[in-house]
Amino acid sequence: MTSVQPYPRAVEPRPPEPTFLGMPPFPEAARTALSDAQLRANLRKATHTIRARRQAVVDELPDWERLRAAGAAIKDDVLAHLPRYLEQLEASVTAAGGTVHWARDADEANAIVVDIVRAHGVDEVVKIKSMATQEIDLNNALGRAGIAAWETDLAEMIVQLGHDLPSHLLVPAIHKNRREIRDVFVAEMGRVGRPAPAGLTERPADLAEAARLHLREKFLSAKVAISGGNFAVAETGTVCVVESEGNGRMCLTLPDVLVTVLGIEKLVPRWEDLEVFLQLLPRSSTGERMNPYTSMWTGVTDGDGPRHFHLVLLDNGRSDVLADPVGRQALRCIRCSACLNVCPVYERVGGHAYGSVYPGPIGAILTPQLRGLNQHDVDAQTASLPYASTLCGACFEACPVLIDIPQILTRQRAQLTDLGRGPAHHAEKAAMRAVDWAFGQPWRLGLAQHAASFSRHVVGRKGRIGKVPRLLGGPLGRWTAARDAPAPPSESFRSWHKRTAGGLEEP
Amino acid sequence: MRIALFITCFNDTMFPETGKSVVRLLRRLGHEVDFPYAQTCCGQMHFNTGYRNEARGIARSFVETFAPYDAVVTPSGSCAAMVREQYPVLVGGAAPATAAGFAEAVGAVAPRVYELSEFLVDVLRVRDVGASFPHTVAYHPTCHSLRSLGVGDRPLRLLRAVRGLRLVALPRADECCGFGGTFAVKNAETSAAMGRDKAAAVLESGAQVLCAGDNSCLMHIGGVMSRQHAGVRVMHLADILASTGPHPELDTFPSGDLAAR
Amino acid sequence: MSKLTWRRGGHTAPVAKPEPVERGASKAEMLGRLRDALADNRPPRAEVDRSYRRERDAGTDLVGRFAERVADYRARVLRADSSDLVETAAALLREAGVRRLVVPPGERLAWLAATGVELVYDDPPLTVTQLDAAEGVATECAVAVAETGTIVLDGGPDQGRRALSLLPDYHLCVVRAEQLVGTVPEAVARLDPYRPQTWISGPSATSDIELDRVEGVHGPRRLHVLLLA
Ligand code: SF4
Repeated sequence: MTSVQPYPRAVEPRPPEPTFLGMPPFPEAARTALSDAQLRANLRKATHTIRARRQAVVDELPDWERLRAAGAAIKDDVLAHLPRYLEQLEASVTAAGGTVHWARDADEANAIVVDIVRAHGVDEVVKIKSMATQEIDLNNALGRAGIAAWETDLAEMIVQLGHDLPSHLLVPAIHKNRREIRDVFVAEMGRVGRPAPAGLTERPADLAEAARLHLREKFLSAKVAISGGNFAVAETGTVCVVESEGNGRMCLTLPDVLVTVLGIEKLVPRWEDLEVFLQLLPRSSTGERMNPYTSMWTGVTDGDGPRHFHLVLLDNGRSDVLADPVGRQALRCIRCSACLNVCPVYERVGGHAYGSVYPGPIGAILTPQLRGLNQHDVDAQTASLPYASTLCGACFEACPVLIDIPQILTRQRAQLTDLGRGPAHHAEKAAMRAVDWAFGQPWRLGLAQHAASFSRHVVGRKGRIGKVPRLLGGPLGRWTAARDAPAPPSESFRSWHKRTAGGLEEP
Repeated sequence: MRIALFITCFNDTMFPETGKSVVRLLRRLGHEVDFPYAQTCCGQMHFNTGYRNEARGIARSFVETFAPYDAVVTPSGSCAAMVREQYPVLVGGAAPATAAGFAEAVGAVAPRVYELSEFLVDVLRVRDVGASFPHTVAYHPTCHSLRSLGVGDRPLRLLRAVRGLRLVALPRADECCGFGGTFAVKNAETSAAMGRDKAAAVLESGAQVLCAGDNSCLMHIGGVMSRQHAGVRVMHLADILASTGPHPELDTFPSGDLAAR
Repeated sequence: MSKLTWRRGGHTAPVAKPEPVERGASKAEMLGRLRDALADNRPPRAEVDRSYRRERDAGTDLVGRFAERVADYRARVLRADSSDLVETAAALLREAGVRRLVVPPGERLAWLAATGVELVYDDPPLTVTQLDAAEGVATECAVAVAETGTIVLDGGPDQGRRALSLLPDYHLCVVRAEQLVGTVPEAVARLDPYRPQTWISGPSATSDIELDRVEGVHGPRRLHVLLLA
C-alpha cells in the first residue's frame, strides 16, 4: 500500500445521492423509525455512550458555565456586526493569498465550486465532511457536472457507499452498527476503488483499517479538495477545521487546490476567540478534552499545503434567520451535536425523521428558519418540525452556546398558528378556542368539569379508560392507543372546596 | 402571610385529591390557604401549542386573581415554570397600550409563585412535614421541575423525612417521560415509546409507587404502566406528603427495614 | 489513472487560475440583506466576559499533567533529561520498530542519529509517495497543552510542513519543558495565526462506529511523545 495502486475509480456510473426531498411529516417518519428495533438499539447505545463521555469532560472544567456564556456572547457579537466581519474576513483572506466568493444560495455556491474544479481540469475531488456542502447538495451538483466527489470522513463514507442519508451532524452513520457497516464496506468498496480486505470482520479497528486502505489512493492522487470550516477568524483570515481521523488533514494539505464552503455564521471576530471554542466544541461533541486533529491555515503558505485556496461564503437563508430577533440564536450553533445526543426524541426516532441534513433539536429550529418559516409558506413536513419536541429542555441544558431551543420551538409554533399553518390546524384551533372559552370564566370551567365527570359513567371502568376506537376518540383515541387514561373524578376540586369549605366542613 | 392555592385546571378537573392533599398538608403545618374561585388556568397548554394571544389573556386574569397574595403555591412544576419563565415572554408580545401594566403585574406576581416542594423548603423552611408512608417510592424529576424551575433535591429531601418511606433510585431519572403536553397526541407513537422506557426504568427501580410533582407526567407514565398491568401506582408528591399511614391498597414495606430506619 | 497521477514535488503544469466569476452583485446583495435583517432589531451590544480561566491553576504539575493527559489518548509518553535522552529515544524507536526516520529540515533533531536510526531530511522536499512509504517521522513542537494533552505544530524548521507528520504511520514528537503551557488560552496566546497549525491530541482516532472511540485511522496510528524536562 506504499504506492498508488490501479484500483478502479468507479466500476459503474454512480447514481445520484439520495436527498431528503419529499420526506413525510415528522410523526409519520417517526412511526417508521420507531418500528425498526435495530435502529432503536443502535441509537440508544450510541447516545448513552456519548452522554456519559460528555458529562465527564464537562464536569472536569470548573469554568464551563463561563465558557458557555463567553461562547454565546462572541457569537452574538458576530451576528450583530455580521456585514462588517464578513468584509474584514474577505480582506484578510485575500491578503493572505486566498480568493473569496459570495454565494447567495445553494445554486450559486454549487456553480462556484463546479467552476473552480473545472478550471483545474479534474473530474474527481476529495471531501471533508461538511454540513454546509450537505445543505447545498454539492455532491449531486458535482455529479451532474461529471465530477466525482469522494467523502473521506468514515461515517460520511459509510453513508455515501451505502446510498444512505445522514442522520447525525457529527456521525452521519450513527444509525448503523458495526455489522451493518461491515456489510456496506464488503458490498460497496470494490465498486468505487480498492475493495474491502478479504475476510473483513466487524471489529471497529478492522473497519477503520479498511477505510484507511480504501481512501489512501484517493488522498495521494487528489488534486482538489473540498471542505467546510468550523471557524473563520475575521481579524486574521484563519480558517479552522476540527476533526478526528486525519482525513481532514489529508484533504487540507496534500491537494493543490482547496475549496472551503463556509456558512456566514461560522465567523469569530478575533484570534483569541478560538480559545473559547476549542474548549467548548470537543468536549460537547465527541466528549473528549480535545479532538485528535485541529487544522488551522491562513490563506496559502509557500511549500506547505495547497497553492490555491478558495473560500465560498454561503448565505442560503441565513439572512432570513438573522432577521428574527429570537430565532437568530440558532446561528450561534457550532454543530457540536450535544443537543442531538441528549435529546430523548432523537434517541427514539433517529435523524432521518427530521427530513433534513440538520436533525435533532437544532434541526427542528434551524430547518424551518432556513426554509423561511417567518417569510414564506412552508410545506407540511417543515411545519411538523417545531412540534417534534416535548420541550423537556435537555438540549438547552447541554448547548455550549446557550441556544434556548425550547423557546424558539414555542415561538415557531406561535408563528405557524398565527399564519394558520400548524398541523391539524382547524380541529386544533376549534379545540383550543373551546378550552379558551371554558378558561375565560370559572363558571364555564365548572360546567365543562360537570360534563367530564358525567362522561366517566360512559367510558370509565374501574377508574381507568382503556383503548378507545381511534375513529371515535380524536385526541382521546390517540392517547389511549398506547396508554390508559384515568376516568374523570366524580367531583372537581372546586366543587369539593365549595361544598366543604375547603375540607373544614367535611362529613 | 396570605397564601393562595393555584390548583391548576388539570388537577382541578382530573386530580382533585392532589388539591385536597395540599390543603390538608398545609393545614397540618399550621397554614390556611385561600382558594380564589376566580382562578382557571395558567395558559401553558395554549403557550406551548402556539396560541400566544389566548395564553396572554389567561395570564392577565391569572396575575389579577393572585395579585393580593404574598405567596401562591401550586402542585405542578410545569405550571409554576409557565408563570415564572414564560409570562415575561408573553409580556414581550403584549399590545403597547396595556404592556406596561401587564409587565408590572407579572413582575409582582410571577416571582411569588412556588411549586409545592419549593414552597415547603424555601418559604416554610420545613423538611419533615410529619408524614408517614411505609412503602417503597421512586421519584421522577419532571423536566420542568428539574430544568426550568431547578427544584433540585428539594422533593427528595422532603421524601427522605417521611416516616417509613423507603426511597429507591430511579435509573436514568433525568430523562423525559415523553408526555410533553400536546406532544402526547401529536406525536403519540414517539411519546408512547418514551413512556414505555420510563415505565421500564420504574420497574427496574423496584418501587411500589412512582412519585412526581406533576400529575400530567404521572398520568402518562401511569397510563402506560396500567396498560402493561405493571402493578406500580403513581402518586403526586403532595399525596405522599399528606399521608399519615399505610396506603390501604399497598402492602407495607417489610417491617424489618422499617425498624432499621 | 495516468492523468490523475500527481506528485506534490513534481507538479509544475500551469493551471488556469479561476477568476472569481463576476459576483460583485452577489456580495452587495448579501451584505444588503444582512443589513436589512439587522436594521430593526439590532441585537444589544454583547460584551464578552472573559472571566473563564486563562491560565493554569497555581500548583499544577505541568509535566505530570501533560504526561497523564497524553497517555489518556493511548499515546506513549516517556520522560527524559539530557543525560538519558538518547537512550530513551532509542528505546522508543526500538519499540516502534523504526529504523529510518524522516525529520524536518531544521538542526535540532540531529542528535537522533545517535540512536542508530537513519535520518532522512525533508530537504529537498520528499514526494508524497516517499512520505507515505516512510516508517516514521520525528518532529519537535511549537507549544504543548497540559490540560488537554495536546501538541501544536506550526511549521517551524524543526516541525516541518504539515504533510510530514501526517503520512508516515509513526510519529515521535519531542516536547521541551519550555514549550509546555497549562491551558488552551495560554496556547492560543503563544501561537502565530499566520502560520499553518496542526493541533494533535493522540493518534488518529474515530468515534464514527457506535460513537465510541477507536484509535488509528488515516493519520499516524502510533504517537510517541518524548518529554524533555
Ligand atoms: S444547537 Fe447547541 S448543542 Fe445543538 S449542535 Fe448547535 S451548538 Fe451544539
